[in-house]
Amino acid sequence: MTTNLTQILSKADLEALKTRAHAALDSDALRVVVCGGTGCSSNGSAEVLIALRQAIAAAGLAIKVDLLDESQMDALSVDFSGCSGFCEVGPIVRILPENIFYVQVKAKDAKDIVERTLIAGQAVDRLLYQDKNTGERYIHRDEIPFYVNQVNIALTDCGLIDPADIRHYIAHNGYEALAQTLEGKTPEDVVQVITDAGLRGRGGGGFPTGRKWGITLKVPGEKKYVICNADEGDPGAFMDRSVLEGNPHAVIEGMILAGFAIGADEGYVYVRAEYPLAVQRMRLAIRQAEQSNLLGDNILNSGFGFHIKIKEGAGAFVCGEETALIASIEGQRGMPRPKPPFPAQSGLWGKPTCVNNVETLANVPRIILRGSEWFRQYGTEKSAGTKVFALTGDVVNTGLIEVPMGTTLGDVVFKVGGGIRGGGEFKTVQIGGPSGGCLTKDHLDLPLDYDSLRSVGAMVGSGGLVVMDDETCMVEVARYFMNFTQSESCGKCVICREGTKRMLEILEKITSGQGVPEDLETLEELAETVRDGSLCGLGKTAPNPVLSTLKYFRHEYEAHVWDKKCPAKQCANFKTYWIDPARCKGCRMCAKQCPVEAITGNLKEPHVIDAEKCIKCGACMDVCRLKAVELQ
Amino acid sequence: MVEMHDPARLAERKFERVNEIIAECGANESSLIPILQHVQEEYRYLPEEVMSFIATALDIPPAAVNGVATFYAQFSMEPKGKYLIRMCDGTACHVRDNRALIDATKHRLNLAPGKTTTPDMRYTLEVVNCIGACALAPAVVINDQVHGQMTGDKIVALINEIDANEADGAEK
Repeated sequence: MTTNLTQILSKADLEALKTRAHAALDSDALRVVVCGGTGCSSNGSAEVLIALRQAIAAAGLAIKVDLLDESQMDALSVDFSGCSGFCEVGPIVRILPENIFYVQVKAKDAKDIVERTLIAGQAVDRLLYQDKNTGERYIHRDEIPFYVNQVNIALTDCGLIDPADIRHYIAHNGYEALAQTLEGKTPEDVVQVITDAGLRGRGGGGFPTGRKWGITLKVPGEKKYVICNADEGDPGAFMDRSVLEGNPHAVIEGMILAGFAIGADEGYVYVRAEYPLAVQRMRLAIRQAEQSNLLGDNILNSGFGFHIKIKEGAGAFVCGEETALIASIEGQRGMPRPKPPFPAQSGLWGKPTCVNNVETLANVPRIILRGSEWFRQYGTEKSAGTKVFALTGDVVNTGLIEVPMGTTLGDVVFKVGGGIRGGGEFKTVQIGGPSGGCLTKDHLDLPLDYDSLRSVGAMVGSGGLVVMDDETCMVEVARYFMNFTQSESCGKCVICREGTKRMLEILEKITSGQGVPEDLETLEELAETVRDGSLCGLGKTAPNPVLSTLKYFRHEYEAHVWDKKCPAKQCANFKTYWIDPARCKGCRMCAKQCPVEAITGNLKEPHVIDAEKCIKCGACMDVCRLKAVELQ
Repeated sequence: MVEMHDPARLAERKFERVNEIIAECGANESSLIPILQHVQEEYRYLPEEVMSFIATALDIPPAAVNGVATFYAQFSMEPKGKYLIRMCDGTACHVRDNRALIDATKHRLNLAPGKTTTPDMRYTLEVVNCIGACALAPAVVINDQVHGQMTGDKIVALINEIDANEADGAEK
């Protein structure tokens, strides 16, 4: 996209470019930003961008071709941004500088946006976000309840800058932290700032980042490595993907700073192969940083050099564990090994290696730039800063959110999330994916931070928050996660490999109606054994979903085994579909829809479901307009 | 292979591309995964003879290549269809009832139990780990295109559309 990147050879060069880029990007000229995150893209934001460009051209307005073209300072710019977070209402279009926020924009809306907003300066009412609970419409992004309660640090420029143009990042203070650091700071200084800031690993463990860097710095060695762990495998999590797609340069700058701090000259980004767009954006960003001399040998003439390579994962959840990840980069089966030695002592190819998560690294440049005191003003005493969560499931506003650590669960679900969708009742939040646990109504006042969550048997994990309503069966949720960890167990430890399999069998037995009361005790015993006897985090935390559902929803397990009932009416084997003869008019709709021909009956006469044949898919219930099909 | 009229020529041509891939990625063990990824992109699966060839080229035991290939979910030992339909089974998709979606797709593709690819090699259906499009649950990826907020009707319509395009292509 950008062709004429200039070499940046000194801090002064960077400042000069920043001044120009900032003046061009954040001027009074209108700027149309179309969200190009995965969510908005899949809803057609590429078509929206094309339609907008065409409509603008048709209206006779000039579109900026190059950001820094002096002759076009007043021209309109139209570009893509990374994820804006509010995926639920995409495709999103923002009009700057006023920050008008349009949702669910279609290509056919382009003409109205150009004529009414860009030319006449008015908002197009029908495209404004409308709060589902209050019905109120909002013109500006920052007034929307979803955003009001958020604080963006890691996500600051996501949804605002064009991730495909390094100059956008530079305009917003990009690489300034690096320039300041290379101008006279020592690695010890950097480690100190990060330590003082209290930044802890955002990938799940919560290990203090400054301490990790300090240890790796002190280990002697000519060759050291930085690894960015972007193997975001937790189901229900997409924070790292969004940061890589929306602001890849922040991660690159974070990696270079980490390299400087520990004395490494080479880094790897290990990304999931399931994230093709993230890989593509990262690759482009690395190339642009190299062209600008912000990455490579002798960065900013400081004598310090750093190189970054991308390694694509190949679909193994366990590779999120650092020693397994290292094995995978080396070209082997991704299996964890015992620690110690820790990667800081002996990591990639036996060299001291520092493994940091994407979000952790994205926080680094801002902390260096604004100081540890600034960072500490957010969050709690022991969990400083903010955390990005992927808020999904049965909640009104799904998307990517960033809130100060210590924000209560209730505030996240009801203030940011807008409550439960479809009028259901809040039942639980599953946090931390297959390693995490469940939080209930009793935890709505619980602050979300590392230590509070651990105290109730859950964990921040990578940050997936899946909200579930009263129609969710908790035994089924436990079975779902156990199925996941069982299939992802690498098989190295017998206890994890066989233990998760036996636990899954028991959970399947319970959800299919074959459970006996002793199963619950066996399940608990197995859970404790797997937790205590496994080598890596996958096995150690695999029983968490079972233990936490057993703790908070034991009555549901008991209903399955004692009363042979699924209280949430979700488990297929406990379901019977039945047609109420009083309401059925014999329209044959359900019979036509039934994939297994289990429904019989003559036209205009009540129909009957053959319970033997029925596979309980619910298609008949969905299609019946008279609501004659009932679930018993 | 043996039945083909000129197996030696065919094999030579086949390995020519593999050689290129090995040269691009670097002939060392740490490049094994990228090599296998590129080979799979080329052939849509990992043919056994190609894996043995790679082992020889990298000077590692064939068992090591096989070990890596079978460890990672991305690799397939069987040819995949032209259209790879990946159904996300992440938590959010699961909570928003992706099972009905999977059933509808299986039914539409008429897949025999235990099979994932249609006999005409047009479609492969995979249920995969979270693809990170959770806000759009349930999500489906067809080749690299993400489709969000899917329903049984929508997926059937998408498959019908692909079938129609394929039929058009065949006529031309």
